[in-house]
Amino acid sequence: MVDAVLNSGDTAWMLISTALVMIMTVPGVALFYGGMVSKKNVLNTIFLSLIAFSITSVIWVVYGYPLAFGSDILGGLIGNPANLVMNGVDVNALSTLAPTIPELVYVAFQMTFAAITVALISGAIVGRMKFSAWLAFVPIWITLVYVPIAHWVWGGGWLYQLGALDFAGGTVVHLNCGMAALALVLLLGARKDKRLLPHQLGYSVLGAAFLWFGWFGFNAGSALTAGGLAGSAFLVTNTAAAAAMISWMMMDVIKIGKPTLLGAISGAVAGLVVITPAAGFVTVWASIVLGFTTSIISYLAVAWLKPKLGYDDALDAFGIHGVSGAWGAICTGIFAAPFINPLGTGVLYGNLGQLGVQLIDIAAVGAYSFIMTLIIGYAIKKTIGLRVDEKEEIEGLDTTQHEESGYRV
Amino acid sequence: MKKITAIIRPDKLEDVKQALEEVNCSGMTVMEVKGRGRQLGVTESYRGSDYRIDLLPKTRLEIIVNNESLDKIVDTIVATAQTGDIGDGKIFVSPVEEVIRIRTGEKGEKAV
Repeated sequence: MVDAVLNSGDTAWMLISTALVMIMTVPGVALFYGGMVSKKNVLNTIFLSLIAFSITSVIWVVYGYPLAFGSDILGGLIGNPANLVMNGVDVNALSTLAPTIPELVYVAFQMTFAAITVALISGAIVGRMKFSAWLAFVPIWITLVYVPIAHWVWGGGWLYQLGALDFAGGTVVHLNCGMAALALVLLLGARKDKRLLPHQLGYSVLGAAFLWFGWFGFNAGSALTAGGLAGSAFLVTNTAAAAAMISWMMMDVIKIGKPTLLGAISGAVAGLVVITPAAGFVTVWASIVLGFTTSIISYLAVAWLKPKLGYDDALDAFGIHGVSGAWGAICTGIFAAPFINPLGTGVLYGNLGQLGVQLIDIAAVGAYSFIMTLIIGYAIKKTIGLRVDEKEEIEGLDTTQHEESGYRV
Repeated sequence: MKKITAIIRPDKLEDVKQALEEVNCSGMTVMEVKGRGRQLGVTESYRGSDYRIDLLPKTRLEIIVNNESLDKIVDTIVATAQTGDIGDGKIFVSPVEEVIRIRTGEKGEKAV
């Protein structure tokens, strides 16, 4: 264990990483999704991410952080809700989980993870969910789903104690948001027009670029120090994204005959997702394998499974984040190399049991997220109502939910 | 006096404009429109799914001409806008009852 002494290099890197992860949501996810929807829903789609970030930010400092990362109570289920609104946290106090940086920096860093997780869910529900229902969903979901899961895996909870490896959120962030997305679309039902016809693909490219850029903070920042491990995580993150872009393009050529730009950026995001749980554990060659394989799996989920089963995961929050997140968690159990990080040894290096632990992590996080989201979504459906009127859906959510429009002719 | 309404491929607009100028026809109103005929649309693919985009962008020209220059102008448009493939567009000719130049108040053929 590292000595609990403030390290200014680590602190500087973590402050920058926090800002990098923030940019993934605002404007990364907002633009990535905003470009893919139709003209009449662009503002609503962007707004879903922005407001998710703000609501989560407030909840996090009021009670979210201590519940997720406070000292463990109730046998691994939740953290101790002390220091509400950060009262009593000394400015110079060091974080217990990252002992070379101030606790308040760690609070801010983790806040950006909570925010992007809920923002990512919005990709599934665009074009039909009431904005008021989203405003109710975000705080309840962060409280009842994200906070406990973050505690289980990262905050010293039962999956942490079991030895689950999730470097930057393959299960906590990506599988979690993907399963929640799937649960919500089952309650919401399909849009009248299910076609994915991006109105401004340029926005999505910018959004993907912000995601990729910010992901260096997400993954290399999850080293919680500015050293070799951060550098290794940085490099495998980029490598996996690049490999996944290439393999998605290959899948496009096989299935439809031509490479597509939307496919390329979708592949890059899938690659960033798959390397997320593995970033601080795997070698560079493994990151090529992860990136290359994940696009094939996510492509099948998006282009084959989704039409076959008929659920309307509009912008593929489940297909890309849920599926590649789970695959990344499995791969971490296989490829984790003890010479990269002594905390993780995978099947390839002789630790068969790690794969079992990873599967328990996936099953627990996936099932909890799916079932709890179904319950929360059902409660909102029965009270506020989840879905806009058919008339409003046809007219578009920008004018009906916000009385503004993205484009004026 | 006649009105020529020509629906052409957007990428042919520059050629048609230039060719019409060479036969002394400079006035026109141009609109970007969407429509379909026998071409019925094109296919676009997003995340592995194919969608038929059934209304295509076209360019619509409106030109008011004197009776004697009608044939020459119609022939020029056909010659320049033609590729021979489905989707080249159509030309409609209709009579015009009156033309008035707002600046001077001139009427009829003088105002064309």
